[in-house]
Amino acid sequence: MNAVEVRSLNKFFKAHHAVADVDFDIPAGGSLGIVGESGSGKTTIARMLVGLECPTSGSIAVLGRDRSRPARGSTERNTRAQELQIVFQDPYTSLDPQQSARAAVDEVLRHHGGRSASERAQRLDELVDQVGLTVRQALARPRDLSGGQRQRVAIARALATGPRVLVLDEAVSALDVSIQAQILNLLADIRAETGLAYLLISHDLAVVRQLCDTVLVLRRGRVVEQGDCGQVLDDPAEEYTRALRAAVPVQGWRVAV
Amino acid sequence: MSTEPLLELSSLTVDFATEDGGSRTLLAGLDLTLAPGEALGLVGESGSGKSMTVRAITRLLPPAATARGAIRFEGRDVASMDAAALRAYRDGGVGLIFQDPRAHINPTKRIGAFLTEALRHNRGLGRGEALARAEAVLAEVGIDDPARRLRQYPQEVSGGMLQRVMIASVLLAEPRLILADEPTTALDVTIQREVVAILDRLRRERGMGMVFITHDLDLALAVCGQVAVMYAGRIVELRSAESLHERAAHPYTRGLLGSRPAIDARAPRLTAIPGRPVSAFEAGPGCAFAPRCAFATRACESEPPQLVPFEGGLVRCARVEEIHAERTDKRTSKEATA
Repeated sequence: MNAVEVRSLNKFFKAHHAVADVDFDIPAGGSLGIVGESGSGKTTIARMLVGLECPTSGSIAVLGRDRSRPARGSTERNTRAQELQIVFQDPYTSLDPQQSARAAVDEVLRHHGGRSASERAQRLDELVDQVGLTVRQALARPRDLSGGQRQRVAIARALATGPRVLVLDEAVSALDVSIQAQILNLLADIRAETGLAYLLISHDLAVVRQLCDTVLVLRRGRVVEQGDCGQVLDDPAEEYTRALRAAVPVQGWRVAV
Repeated sequence: MSTEPLLELSSLTVDFATEDGGSRTLLAGLDLTLAPGEALGLVGESGSGKSMTVRAITRLLPPAATARGAIRFEGRDVASMDAAALRAYRDGGVGLIFQDPRAHINPTKRIGAFLTEALRHNRGLGRGEALARAEAVLAEVGIDDPARRLRQYPQEVSGGMLQRVMIASVLLAEPRLILADEPTTALDVTIQREVVAILDRLRRERGMGMVFITHDLDLALAVCGQVAVMYAGRIVELRSAESLHERAAHPYTRGLLGSRPAIDARAPRLTAIPGRPVSAFEAGPGCAFAPRCAFATRACESEPPQLVPFEGGLVRCARVEEIHAERTDKRTSKEATA
């Protein structure tokens, strides 16, 4: 069974067709990158998957369960949260400034209960360790942590529900280059250990290549092309993908005269 | 043809006064020379001091910050300029382009008013002539239908278009030096390519100098002739853009190169640098990079390294010769076994 199945997905904001007839699958344990420029609709797709926006038409299924309509009641909402989680670009605005990293993760563990206090403490230690935070960092509040450490907290919090799908919405875009590499390595490790499926939303083709098996190129809400990551990026079938690829500065790239 | 540098920084240091009466160093002795028409990239992560350098050059430091050392523009000391000289320096000497054009333009005024304000005020041009000049410069930065754009408000145009408007506004003052502080970071890659191409063409055509600040090493290499890599308020490596990929010698520069994923291949693992970047005031007495460096010895932690010539560039690393020899050995033995 696919981790995520999206069919004929559409979203209108008044007359604006933000997402137009988008289809994609993410196999269990797979990793799909959605790339596109501003206004391509990539974040709107992420928001619909999480349930922050409602599709105008089309279907979204995660682990075979439909989520194209709002959850009915808390049981369904909790189930959805245990299936799919999201990590945002800026952990500073998505974490509670009053809460230590441990408290932020513990809150999620409490809510998705079924564990005794000692089991919870053990799981908490595991999560903190898994994302590479030290014991001291885990007790610090967001403002005393660096951007990379805060993003580790956000990842630990997302992992706390035990999801099978992680949506990463520009999750490494705001980080310093050396920290971005650490988080990309961490995300690759987590996927290898847990078999989680990733949906990475990014404007950065190199980051997508590093983390994803498949890629979907989006422009003005429409799929330009999709397929194997290496194939699409090395041998794009569409002019737009070629232009995106050619615009990335690499060694020997000179500004067009 | 004068051989006088356009811009010269010597031992530029910036300290920040803290609320408790202490002081924090953000820039720790920067030496840089830029010839007219040359493009220099300043590359670094958070806390490296790259943006503070631009602020110091333009004398736009926040009130709590003080600069020491010397900044000379065309041989004149910037610190001792009086109000009139400073005005002339900022209007026709240096031009500044920022990351977020929307934060630097008045949203209640039309683009035409924004572009002509300085021309009319400082240069005494009439409205018609100023508008005609603004229109010509908008065309020069690749904007279609410039007459219509002049009548629009900033919020009616895209971010990429507005950044071109900002570049046009800088060009109208005909500066000899452009300071571009992450000018394309907020833009899409295809727009970024257009904007850097425009900057590059104008720089060549007009013979302007440019200091290009970015966190993107590959972008700096594409735009600039020389690249200075900064860490904790100091330059750790300076060399020509074309030789940097091949010859990067400082462990931090090499770490930065290894940190970026490649577009044409997936690395089994990125060679991430451990820890996080620090500011100058957080650094120890020795090499600021030592705590994150795989090659650091105890001496590195106590003795501050000097910027010394190495392999055609300048490198601030006490162990650079040894590290280089090790690397060459490894490469030769790999080739021998292959």
